[in-house]
Amino acid sequence: MQQYILRRLLMMPLLLLGVVTVAFFLSHVTKGDPLSSVVSERQMNNKVVVEAARKRWGLDRSLPDQYRIYLGNLVTGDLGTSFRTKRGVGEDIADRLPATLELVVAAMIVGTGCGIGLGVLAAHKRNEAADHGARFFALIGSSIPVFWSGLILLYLFSVQLGWLPGAGRLDARTAAPPFVTGMFTVDALIAGDLQTFLQALGHLILPAFVLGWAVMGIISRLVRASMLDVLNQDYVLTARAKGAAELRVLLHHALRNALIPTLTIIGYSFAYLITGAVLTEAIFSWPGIGSYAVESARALDYPAIVGVTIIGALAFLLANLVTDVAYALANPKIKLG
Amino acid sequence: MSQQPLLEIAGLKVTFGRGAASADAVAGVDLTVAPGEVLGIVGESGSGKSVTMLAAMGLTPKSARIGGSVRFRGQELVGMPQKGLRAIRGARMAMIFQDPLTSLNPVLTIGAQVAEALRLHNPGLSRKAAMARAVELLALVSIPEPERRVRQYPHEFSGGMRQRAMIAMAVANSPDLLIADEPTTALDVTVQAQIMEVLKELRERLGIGLVLITHDLGVVAGAADRIAVMYGGRVVEQGKVDDVFYRSRHPYTRGLLASIPKLDVRQERLQPIEGAPPSLTSRPSGCPFHPRCPLAEARCSSEEPLLRQVGAVETRCHFAERLDDPEGGIVVPFDKAPARKAVGP
Repeated sequence: MQQYILRRLLMMPLLLLGVVTVAFFLSHVTKGDPLSSVVSERQMNNKVVVEAARKRWGLDRSLPDQYRIYLGNLVTGDLGTSFRTKRGVGEDIADRLPATLELVVAAMIVGTGCGIGLGVLAAHKRNEAADHGARFFALIGSSIPVFWSGLILLYLFSVQLGWLPGAGRLDARTAAPPFVTGMFTVDALIAGDLQTFLQALGHLILPAFVLGWAVMGIISRLVRASMLDVLNQDYVLTARAKGAAELRVLLHHALRNALIPTLTIIGYSFAYLITGAVLTEAIFSWPGIGSYAVESARALDYPAIVGVTIIGALAFLLANLVTDVAYALANPKIKLG
Repeated sequence: MSQQPLLEIAGLKVTFGRGAASADAVAGVDLTVAPGEVLGIVGESGSGKSVTMLAAMGLTPKSARIGGSVRFRGQELVGMPQKGLRAIRGARMAMIFQDPLTSLNPVLTIGAQVAEALRLHNPGLSRKAAMARAVELLALVSIPEPERRVRQYPHEFSGGMRQRAMIAMAVANSPDLLIADEPTTALDVTVQAQIMEVLKELRERLGIGLVLITHDLGVVAGAADRIAVMYGGRVVEQGKVDDVFYRSRHPYTRGLLASIPKLDVRQERLQPIEGAPPSLTSRPSGCPFHPRCPLAEARCSSEEPLLRQVGAVETRCHFAERLDDPEGGIVVPFDKAPARKAVGP
């Protein structure tokens, strides 16, 4: 097992090189001049300024040259400097990624937790009111666009009812807790600042729910289908014949088997949301990696685009690895090697 | 036997579906099992033999409606709340199933599954003690190297070994009654004999009453004390093993016996019972066997015969008296059936 994981980790740089190459050339093929975000509009006609900027950002070199230089820097961990923010892309990402991670982890907890719960409930109460209710709720979550449900819930719970705080990660006057992980809830706990923790948690609830609701739909459908399949298996009858109570039959015997096919989609959803939570981030003014990606793409900020791509690819590679390992742990028939 | 029966099933009905689409899988079954007795229930698929015993355990699906009475050591089980049933299931009354390949949970170790059976009914038992007892139980059913085997998963066991593990799990709490639903059907012939040996041994050692559900008369012949033959959701004949085998008064039982291949009699072809068993939704009127019965007369299609004592057995046939005790073996009434001649070689 350890050997297998090590081998997979060692493979990653090679896969990332492929991703970087494709992302690098694809972003340079797009029409448009990145200098427009470096040089102000008024100066765009000033040849001297434009040439200086071109030289300053290395855009006067040939594409293969740029690629070579980029790779050389990348090996040393330097992701380059953003055209737009004029800061290191690594720094930018380090700033943005924890916010997204915090949001996505919370959303996945909501999404998988409720998704599995609803799926089990629906399968157990098949074709009864609870089943229809659970499926309807899940269907709404996966079919309503996030920007709509996000706005409605924000309006309802924050503006009208005032139960939850509005957009942002903290209230405007609260300072961020001392940086450890970059995730405010975790950092506040580490600092022992309960007040800030509760506030950060409050801010996290709505966006995490909105994002998790969408994931919930897929997961609950999958869990319901595979639970129905598993509940017809002979070993479930065996468990009942042993005198196991219904809840134990459902969770200990059936769900353990039903979760195996669901693991894939959980891993995939997690990786997808790392760069795919753009809309939620936008609505809740959440300074995450998704919105960073969109801003960078609009500015043709090559280093930032490739940097975000690397993060996204890395998320998928790691999520895949974790999924495969979880598969082997959940299913004793699978041996990694 | 004058003692109280272990299991007493009276007028048991199991109905699936509602209204016009409803079907009686079990249509009024009476059975008793005495303590320590082995009752063989024989019948084709769809005869209701498995559903009868699932209903006795309270394990039929939610959609099934149960009528009649099932008494276990004098205690009525039909209508008993699940909580009460759970305390009996797996503790006093256990069941093993046909296919050991699918009857064990693939993601739990054998040991965990045997230990679970123990811990469910002995809440005070520690995990460690339960595992130690699981090892003993595997040894009891002659699984070699039980200390190593408890840590393995079902897919690492052969079919015969899995069925042994199932048996170990079922007898974990020394039940009074073990119901074995086709315990050897899915296994190789040589393994079948071994499993029957294990069951026989356990019965002798622990004094367990055993219900052996099977479609294989050969299995019950060597193991059962009494036999009940089921057809179309009813018991059509029952009695002591030898009486049913040699003094049957029911054309269906005789048909079943005639369809067993014999080693000592030279036979060109096996003698099947013509036709198919009745489907659940369109049960024939009168005696359910009459469409396939060579003795059938007009009365059989209108009037259902009652279970009555004829000679050595209890039987459910209007014309039981016509089937005399055969001399020197089994007389098959099917030679007279016109359909048989038409398909002769």
